[in-house]
Amino acid sequence: MTVYVKGVVFEGVDFDDPNSWKLDAYVARGGYAALKKILQTGMTQDEIIAEMKTSSLRGRGGAGFPTGLKWSFMPRNFPGQKYLVCNTDEGEPGTFKDLDIIVNNPHALIEGMIIGGFAMGITVGYNYIHGEVFEAYERFEAALEEARAAGFLGDNILGTDFCFQLHGHHGYGAYICGEETALLESLEGKKGQPRFKPPFPASFGLYGKPTTINNTETFASVPYIIREGGQKFLELGKPNNGGTKLFSISGHVNRPGNYEIPLGTPFSELLEMAGGMRGGRKLKAVIPGGSSAPVLPADIMMDCTMDYDAIAKAGSMLGSGAVIVMDESVCMVKALERLSYFYFEESCGQCTPCREGTGWLYRVVHRIEHGQGRPEDLDLLLSVGANIAGRTICALGDAAVMPVQGMLKHFRAEFEHHIEHKNCLVRGY
Amino acid sequence: MLTPESLAQIDRELTKYPADQRRSATMSALRIAQVEHRWLSNELIEFVANYIGIPPVAAYEVATFYNMFDRKPVGRHKLTVCTNLPCALSGGADAGKYLQQKLGIGYGETTADGRFTLMEGECMGACGYAPVMLVNNHSMCNHMTPEAIDKKLAELE
Ligand SMILES: Cc1cc2nc3c(=O)[nH]c(=O)nc-3n(C[C@H](O)[C@H](O)[C@H](O)COP(=O)(O)O)c2cc1C
Ligand code: SF4
Ligand code: FES
Repeated sequence: MTVYVKGVVFEGVDFDDPNSWKLDAYVARGGYAALKKILQTGMTQDEIIAEMKTSSLRGRGGAGFPTGLKWSFMPRNFPGQKYLVCNTDEGEPGTFKDLDIIVNNPHALIEGMIIGGFAMGITVGYNYIHGEVFEAYERFEAALEEARAAGFLGDNILGTDFCFQLHGHHGYGAYICGEETALLESLEGKKGQPRFKPPFPASFGLYGKPTTINNTETFASVPYIIREGGQKFLELGKPNNGGTKLFSISGHVNRPGNYEIPLGTPFSELLEMAGGMRGGRKLKAVIPGGSSAPVLPADIMMDCTMDYDAIAKAGSMLGSGAVIVMDESVCMVKALERLSYFYFEESCGQCTPCREGTGWLYRVVHRIEHGQGRPEDLDLLLSVGANIAGRTICALGDAAVMPVQGMLKHFRAEFEHHIEHKNCLVRGY
Repeated sequence: MLTPESLAQIDRELTKYPADQRRSATMSALRIAQVEHRWLSNELIEFVANYIGIPPVAAYEVATFYNMFDRKPVGRHKLTVCTNLPCALSGGADAGKYLQQKLGIGYGETTADGRFTLMEGECMGACGYAPVMLVNNHSMCNHMTPEAIDKKLAELE
């Protein structure tokens, strides 16, 4: 289920109309007007990047890096081929917004990528789509065909000498390919193992060429910013947290789904939009930004607004905007056990601290959950975590540690109870 | 080893990449081969590698690294159920248990009649529709309550 409250990605989309994703419907709601504006009014690359900076749009893939700044890093006059890559490898547990964009409004993404290509002087792009959502890959390919036939994509776009080719590429089951350099390796037809950085993709990216990578939702926000101006986008949200965002709400709410709302909306309002707690049970905790984000207890969460700065101040992160809601029936040990298993399973195995450490974290949480925990295990978890964090090639190592730290910070008593009494305080999942 | 239709699909994928980067099509070529044969034998992987023009070992690496490739025979229908936390909160783990009971097999196993293989999956990016189950890698089924599972299984010959 998708709920559009206010925003830029799903503006005007009719979720009940099976044809609403198509080009005609997109154009009728103002689609491709931003591209026309650029090509017909002679908007320059600098002007586009300036609008992007004004908007204060921050990357929607998890790290929240300012998009305008990222675009300005691209060596615009580099003589050889450069690439633009979209990251639709959405696999961070709790996140399902990019799937929704591809299925319901693929042309917003396509238009955003074409504009990005123009702004950075790039002529070839790829969209890397999570393998498990193969139907979304097919939808994207169909939308590309429409855009090519209408002259928005390909050679001599809208009769100008600007050319931009765009292709879909699918993954086949590896969470790590969401990490941008693993994604590039995978796009080159290799194992998805993250690269050492530096060099960063802006200088050494796809096939060794300068490359810019952004998330699906980031690109899909671009047409609005160019059409309406960066200032208008910024004002939809709050300073430094410009615009609106898609929040994927899963777990114990009555209406799980994607909600497009202004950044800075109180969490309590979002929870209400999602129909409140299922079965009228009490809220226990929320993971506010995808499974890697440290968990926050109900009382802290109920005082938070949903934006990068507020969630960071509360000790977690907004990440991809995946909000996992847990009621009082959830056993935090069991919840953490499942997440730790995930990182262990998905570690690419390249660096020892991550390969060994994620296995260690999982085994210790597993034995606590199964009544074999020892009193020293909680300190052991923290010390194993300290030996992973910051010592790995990519951020999956940190992503595995943060949930452990968050759980022990806020729910330590529950873990101690498990160790002492060999069973759960609560009996839900 | 592959039909002209499958080869034409691979050819189409190859056009997406620079002429000297045919390796980029490895993943989609292996996917196309797996759709036709249901699983990837060593011979099939080698065939695909030769067709693209890359060393067989490069294609083996890809077939081994990515979870959705099957390196041993699977049933006529591969069912992958997501049991990660967001889904588990809405019945994902229960759906997995129900499937195990109903089919009488564990994760990674195939029913004796070769009809179903059951797999435990990680987040498929569809957590809002939990419980979710992927049929034969490409068809996502949402809201898989026990009744919905019964109905789906009956449809799969
Ligand atoms: C383990 C890991 C998984 C990631 N998964 C995703 C993902 O599924 N989608 C995504 O857009 N970014 C993901 N990222 C972040 C990307 O590396 C990258 O920062 C992002 O795609 C940049 O786009 P943005 O600036 O528009 O957010 C992941 C990072 C890590 C370390
Ligand atoms: S941190 Fe983990 S996932 Fe990332 S490169 Fe190292 S081993 Fe691979
Ligand atoms: S956790 Fe099951 S699809 Fe995301």
